[in-house]
Amino acid sequence: MATISPGLRRIFAVAAMMGMGVVQLAGQAYRAPFGADGKPDLNGIWQALNEANYDLEAHIARPAMALRPGPYGPVPAPSTLALGAVGAVPPSLGVVEGGEIPYKAEALAMKKQNQQDWLNRDPEIKCYLPGVPRATYMPYPFQILQSASAITFVYEYAGAVRNILLKDPGPSPSDSWMGQSVGRWEGDTLVVDVSLNDQTWFDRAGNFHSDKLRVEERYTRTSPDVISYEATIEDPVIFTRPWKISMALYRRQEKNAQLLDFKCVEFVEELLYGQYRRRPLNQ
Amino acid sequence: MSKRLICATSLGAAVALITLALPAAGQTASKLRMPDGHPDLQGTYDLATMTPLERWPGDPPFLTKEQAEVLQRTEAVRRAKTEGGDEPLPLNRAAPPVGGDTSEPKSYFELLEKRGGGAVGGYNRFWLNQGSAYNQVDGKIRTSIVIDPADGHVPPYNEAARKRLAAARATSESTAHERQDGVAAPPGAFDNPEQRPLSERCLLGFGSTSGPPALPDYFYNDLHQIVQTPDHIMILSEMIHDARIVRMNAQHLPKAIRRWMGDSVGHWEDDTLVIDTTNFNDKTRFRGSTENLHVIERITRVDDKTLLYRFTVEDPDTWDHPWTGEYAWPVTDKPIYEYACQEGNYALGSILRGARRQEAEGAAAQK
Repeated sequence: MATISPGLRRIFAVAAMMGMGVVQLAGQAYRAPFGADGKPDLNGIWQALNEANYDLEAHIARPAMALRPGPYGPVPAPSTLALGAVGAVPPSLGVVEGGEIPYKAEALAMKKQNQQDWLNRDPEIKCYLPGVPRATYMPYPFQILQSASAITFVYEYAGAVRNILLKDPGPSPSDSWMGQSVGRWEGDTLVVDVSLNDQTWFDRAGNFHSDKLRVEERYTRTSPDVISYEATIEDPVIFTRPWKISMALYRRQEKNAQLLDFKCVEFVEELLYGQYRRRPLNQ
Repeated sequence: MSKRLICATSLGAAVALITLALPAAGQTASKLRMPDGHPDLQGTYDLATMTPLERWPGDPPFLTKEQAEVLQRTEAVRRAKTEGGDEPLPLNRAAPPVGGDTSEPKSYFELLEKRGGGAVGGYNRFWLNQGSAYNQVDGKIRTSIVIDPADGHVPPYNEAARKRLAAARATSESTAHERQDGVAAPPGAFDNPEQRPLSERCLLGFGSTSGPPALPDYFYNDLHQIVQTPDHIMILSEMIHDARIVRMNAQHLPKAIRRWMGDSVGHWEDDTLVIDTTNFNDKTRFRGSTENLHVIERITRVDDKTLLYRFTVEDPDTWDHPWTGEYAWPVTDKPIYEYACQEGNYALGSILRGARRQEAEGAAAQK
């Protein structure tokens, strides 16, 4: 450690405090197995193990995802009350570098509205495609299928799929929920540029974006069972400057690990269409 | 639209079953191989074809090149003349007859479009992206994907299936996938979202496009992409962005885990990828079959631009004998765009709401 400069030591200390130190430090020495094409092998079933999908920013635990004022502080909104502790938000040190998302003032007001009206507005509730980067850290595994000629990400949640285009076709003629992803290798890192529509969110806390969003993702293998994941988020309509999230993605260790069906479309039919039944169930 | 409109062409002729020899497990002519030595099956394939699953009445099993060209030209002319086609419709044309055009369809595609869009036309040409040529396997131009039975038709339902379907059709409580009757509006069909066809609910594409067996849907969005690694082979169906991941040299899931597209495990037999699929759920019901459906697919690279896709389906509760189909998958450079379905599904809510409105108006009229 004597050879490490004080500045670098400070960076390590901050990184360790943010819970990311292990991953980033390990990245210095580790080299991933390479495929026949000489690229690091990202194949596998991966999953984030954090609270990012609840709220990207640092937060203490909250009683529910939708709240109402109570006589001594917020209590769960009536629509979430029945879930009790199951519906609570677990705490997190956050995954946003620097701690806060740099919203423009108007956009921050919209974020707060989103959070208040979470039940009506979060696309996850209606089983809509999650977009990027949210798909990465939802509480479901995803699989990377990589060969020399193709890279595809398949997510268990809603059966979402992304093709990582290895040749840039130019701007997409049609916007999309999972976005157009163009990938390239920078050394041992897979870098993916993503452009999306304005319908997806970042988490269950109302963090959102416009259709000017550009996400640059970086996937680097840092140990046999860990990918270091970073996403730089740029959206001049909503944010004052680009900002970055980072986290570890872990390889699922079960011998028979595989993606199963989570076609949640079926599970939200009662929510979306129950009132149109010939005999609604709640009558 | 539902997969049943495809089934509607089933003539159900009783046939003698012929055992077909599978192709000799030879070497593929293509040099496209993976680092592990197996054929490289990767690419995007356009499954759209003019060859129907089942043979159109009166067609011979094979067409000569000249016959195929005449039929393809005739179909191209028909498409050009329909709304949204290449030829503008005459401005002074007469109104369609009351109740729409209910004349007998003269071709397979005319029949499909009438079933899918109704007699007044549900789709104009803009929406359709259908095959423009018959499928060719081993240099022969095929008039059906079904090759066994040799008459090119799916075998008739057996006693168990007939009973099951009759019971489903006798009650207004059954679902579209249980009924398989080719009619979208029997009593009860609009009572609950669960009773609507799976494609209307954004759960699976119509026409078994995701499979298995993966079939052309004969309307649009027929692209399929294969991505291959030593341990997994993914077959992505454009419609409903359904990715089926085949686990190589693996055991099937426990019986309790049922899946929409079944559980697919694969292995190589020389240069042929063999995929075995079981563990279907009881809602997929490919052509009225049960959750005991068993599908075996064989994918072989024929040349640098073509795969041969062969499948055998069996379900003792539905057919007395297994049946087999095959067709060529030509590679395409067309890109696959996102098929977001649930996110824009205004139809399902509107269909149910419309039915409630109709009932309310009917009740008001009776007072």
